[in-house]
Amino acid sequence: MAKTGKAFSTERFKTALAEAIIAAWIAFALFCLTLGVKTVDTVTGLTLAPRPVLLAIVVGIVFVGRFLLSLLWWDRDWGLPSIPWPNALKGDGGVAQRAGLILAIAALLFPIVAYALDKSFHLGLPLRYLFDLSILVLTYVMLGWGLNIVVGLAGLLDLGYVAFYAVGAYTFALLGTTFGWSFWVCLPLAGLLAGLWGVMLGFPVLRLRGDYLAIVTLAFGEIVRIILINWTSLTNGPNGISDIPKPTFFGLPFKTGEGGFAAFFGLKHDHLYAVIFLYYVILLLALLTNFVTLRLRRLPIGRAWEAMREDEIACRSLGINTTITKLTAFATGAMFGGIAGCFFATRQGFISPESFTFIESAIILAIVVLGGMGSQLGVAIAAIVMVGGFEALRHTENLQSIFGEGFDPALYRMLLFGVAMVAIMIWRPRGIVGTRDPSITLGKASSIKGDLVKEGHG
Amino acid sequence: MAYFTQQLINGLALGSIYGLIAIGYTMVYGIIGMINFAHGDIFMVGSFIALIAFLAILGFGITFVPLALVLVLILAMLLTAVWGWTIERIAYRPLRESFRLAPLITAIGMSIILQNFIQVAQGARVKPLPPIVTGGYELFVQNGFEVSLSNIQILIIVTTVVLMGVFWLIITRTSLGRSQRACEQDRTMAALSGVDVDRTISLTFVMGAALAAVAGLLYLLYYGVIDFYIGFVAGIKAFTAAVLGGIGSLPGAMLGGIIIGLIETFWSAYFSIQYKDVAAFSMLALVLIFFPSGLLGRPEVEKV
Repeated sequence: MAKTGKAFSTERFKTALAEAIIAAWIAFALFCLTLGVKTVDTVTGLTLAPRPVLLAIVVGIVFVGRFLLSLLWWDRDWGLPSIPWPNALKGDGGVAQRAGLILAIAALLFPIVAYALDKSFHLGLPLRYLFDLSILVLTYVMLGWGLNIVVGLAGLLDLGYVAFYAVGAYTFALLGTTFGWSFWVCLPLAGLLAGLWGVMLGFPVLRLRGDYLAIVTLAFGEIVRIILINWTSLTNGPNGISDIPKPTFFGLPFKTGEGGFAAFFGLKHDHLYAVIFLYYVILLLALLTNFVTLRLRRLPIGRAWEAMREDEIACRSLGINTTITKLTAFATGAMFGGIAGCFFATRQGFISPESFTFIESAIILAIVVLGGMGSQLGVAIAAIVMVGGFEALRHTENLQSIFGEGFDPALYRMLLFGVAMVAIMIWRPRGIVGTRDPSITLGKASSIKGDLVKEGHG
Repeated sequence: MAYFTQQLINGLALGSIYGLIAIGYTMVYGIIGMINFAHGDIFMVGSFIALIAFLAILGFGITFVPLALVLVLILAMLLTAVWGWTIERIAYRPLRESFRLAPLITAIGMSIILQNFIQVAQGARVKPLPPIVTGGYELFVQNGFEVSLSNIQILIIVTTVVLMGVFWLIITRTSLGRSQRACEQDRTMAALSGVDVDRTISLTFVMGAALAAVAGLLYLLYYGVIDFYIGFVAGIKAFTAAVLGGIGSLPGAMLGGIIIGLIETFWSAYFSIQYKDVAAFSMLALVLIFFPSGLLGRPEVEKV
């Protein structure tokens, strides 16, 4: 009881109040012009419309929040019940693997079970939306796993990953619309071309390390996008390419009537078949990425990647060719990016340079780092949380009833995304999954703490 | 020749703005070794604050342009400095001893937050400002092409030169500058010698943000329109400038800014305007590959 007395002493109350007043003043300085006044377009030019109530609310929130935090949270002398962090995430050897397996099986069964449940019980689930969202999440899982090879395994910081995604997408879009090549032919081609681009862009930057590498890869990503915008004779510029062929079930198109998928198998036509098929395509592609990554880690090249991440100089002095090692990492990561891009093109049916901005690269990198670099399970979880969570926010009509008609949740989506990025990073700098499975162990295999794994210099 | 001279003037004005932003990158990188990814967006916030301050001051009936300019300049510098301080305090300080990628991710997060905050608060449309500083001088006419130096270009170059002088004095002559240079060399040793490292780093961000606000104001006056997205491209170009000049070097940042401004202007004038960003970005790659320590920087020594 004595502790509680101390916690609420006058002294402490005064300090908290003083800190809260300072915080409120800072908030006022931050928001007085940026939020407290709105610029309004009128016929005669810009005019200002003050929003004192909004400003007062925001400053008030900061004041109360800071006051409560100072009084009750920071420097607290009462114990906090430790949050039970799921064992799978803490990593207890097999638990993480089992969790991954369960996730994979759930992902495999999800569309069939959902479809069957909906059709047999007439639940009226928003199936189309659910499947589309899952496809989007899986695309990001695949991109995250692809980038994880470069960032998590080889320790090379790549901020221009979306360039390879774009190369893959445009490969299929151009080959598919001009020559009528099918998706299944273009898929490996897209991967191959993107891989070649990976080598091409990787070659000049081999000497760079750390943040310099990050900024140059970012510049390359932007260069690719600018070329896509301006090379109108090839890419149709900012208008993009439309009417990209839809995928077929190994030659059977998803259409009504004779010769379609449904007719061939004697089923009733349903437009959901195409979506479910797309879901399985991206799921298998993502699992393939995961499988290849896991196998590569056991090959000499994967070992070399990780050795390079841990200590490049030691790695070189042991006779590993770091040039080849870096280029293969770039090429392998780029290849999976290109394959994902090819899938993206066929799913959307329309692509334009708009889809390949820096923000996409940032989202993919954020998924990798927030999930826990090098952890396959972490990347999958981060993709589900970040992409799934925030896409779902786009469709929350009930929020509109709380905040009034003018409230558009889509506008706040990216803002929240940024806040989540900062918050998760401060809370868990090593990512959601805090452990890594070493590629090689002496004796019994066990997970180690993420802090022990280096992040690489490249 | 006339066309060339005109482009030279335009390039110098643009380069001065890049140089002012680049100083923020170079100081932060020098002192804590991170790319402050949000710095370009601080520049953008600074130009929005300047825009709103202008409209407010004109609304209060102060129409004497020099007075309005000075008031806006002071207000924008102060308020943007608070933004710089807050961002460092919230997003970077908790991660200072953490691993290298963590602050980079929070910096990207902060950049996303700033862009979307301005978009939500002020709308996504471009914001025009009627020309405030008008007029200029006609230098000479050759073959019917008139070479002119506008007042706003003079203002940009003079402001930049003056601010450079002031900041150069701060870095080299004051105790704050001494602390900054000490932290740059060895943070632990500086702390042991009684330098308040947290305060020094905070003030570095404050100075960088204040200069970015000046750049934002000048950009607003020069181009007359801003939107929430201007910070990204300007930020990358300014970072290129900082690297080109040698990261950590204040005169280097200015020199790099002017070179980038000139390259961009001449590229647009003589080759193609669509690919001007490609020119700047390729320059970044080329400089980093062949010239990693920049023009005025010290080469980095790697210890094993």
